Amino acid sequence: MSNGVAALSSQFASSEAAPAVSVQNLRKSFGSLEVLKGVSLSAREGDVISILGASGSGKSTMLRCINMLEVPDSGEIRIGGETIELKKTRKGMEPADQRQVDRIRSRVAMVFQSFNLWSHMTILENVIEAPVHVQKRPKAECIAEAEELLAKVGIVDKRNQYPTHLSGGQQQRAAIARALAVHPQVMLFDEPTSALDPELVGEVLRVMRSLAEEGRTMLVVTHEMGFARDVSNRVVFLHKGVVEEEGAPAEVFGAPKSERFKQFISSHR
Amino acid sequence: MDFAFMRDAFLTLIGGVPLTLNLAFMAVGLGAILAMLLALMRMSGLKVLDWPAQGYVFVFRGTPLLVQIFLIYYGLGQFRPVLQEWGLWTFFREPYWCAVFALTLNTAAYASEIIRGGLQSVPYNQVEAARACGMSGFLLFRRVVFPIAVRQALPAYGSEIILMVKATSLASIITMMEVTGLAAKLISQTFRAVEVFIVAGLIYLILNFIITRIIMAIEWWLSPHLRRPPAVEPRLEAAHV
Repeated sequence: MSNGVAALSSQFASSEAAPAVSVQNLRKSFGSLEVLKGVSLSAREGDVISILGASGSGKSTMLRCINMLEVPDSGEIRIGGETIELKKTRKGMEPADQRQVDRIRSRVAMVFQSFNLWSHMTILENVIEAPVHVQKRPKAECIAEAEELLAKVGIVDKRNQYPTHLSGGQQQRAAIARALAVHPQVMLFDEPTSALDPELVGEVLRVMRSLAEEGRTMLVVTHEMGFARDVSNRVVFLHKGVVEEEGAPAEVFGAPKSERFKQFISSHR
Repeated sequence: MDFAFMRDAFLTLIGGVPLTLNLAFMAVGLGAILAMLLALMRMSGLKVLDWPAQGYVFVFRGTPLLVQIFLIYYGLGQFRPVLQEWGLWTFFREPYWCAVFALTLNTAAYASEIIRGGLQSVPYNQVEAARACGMSGFLLFRRVVFPIAVRQALPAYGSEIILMVKATSLASIITMMEVTGLAAKLISQTFRAVEVFIVAGLIYLILNFIITRIIMAIEWWLSPHLRRPPAVEPRLEAAHV
């Protein structure tokens, strides 16, 4: 890990006053379908929160609201103590200040289910894109750091290849390196292993586990019960747009309070 | 067939190549800018911009280029006092500029649809990845949307460039002495239409062969991600790291 990243994470660790991410009473509808019905969630520095739920429970929508890929209809989102300003327009809610959203997004990295690497760029170019063009850091420094990150996720030998030349697991690890390159305060993972062949899931989970061990703040929407149980320090179970169960993994998996969560666990064994 | 005559005709007609290419590249270059503007108007989602652009494309794709050239060269002459007042007469007085103007307007209509297709084919997940790391507006367009769209649009745009090279032959009817203009002149002097037109056709074929090759080279250069990786690096990691 480069010194820059270490310095940044220690700086964030010291700001203990505000939670890294705080979501208050989030509501979101698509047409007449209400996907989120008042969800609240708070992550401190270093928290690894697994967000579980059946498909359609609103877990991905909630995650996508945190970096404004979906704009909530109401509720409040605070990243590192900064509230994302929203305004009402004729089409619905919109961010009040695109520059604020861009600034926050550059500190909240996202890893997608289908990797979403830029197909016209090499792996290295994918990783340095945001640091060079959004954060305007010196290119040489970004390249050196990108190579460290690619080595960390185990694909430095692929740096000059294009995403289509890599396996799914390698692409997702490249996407994780791309997310790390912006020195994120918070990392969002939207079902990072759901598009992978079963034998490739392990290599991605291993990288995510090592990030968790570094003390990174992570919100992970996942179906991987093993990850939720062993790696995360908190589990949130969403059902039909509300938080149905929440707590430490040992607690919620050991003695689930909600009937639905019991059913959910037994169906995912 | 009189091959000696054809050789002479070739040497005569080749003198028109610079003008042919000049007209084609002026029109394609200026047309690309206008086409970009039209494509963005169509995709703006605003009716006040979308509808004029749609109307423009409809009119210029729906009428023959020959008619457009005639209307611009002869038709605008009727508005000479107005054009003089606006200081545009020196421009529309010249057949060269009339030809460039007509070809530009025409190619812009076709190219705007090609560009729009390219822009719309950019996968949404690539745009979303860019937004998620803080890109928006022009930066997003310049770094992600446009480079992907260009790669999608290039094959169709290549055809449009070739069509424009051939379309310059219509400029001969408003006195431009490009390849076809010179051919017509030579025929009126020699009455040997077949030989002269064979030679003229051959010249267009050679030009378009070269242009096709250049476009293929650009396509190849822009799409390393669609080729096999240059050297198969040893797979250090198999399924398990």
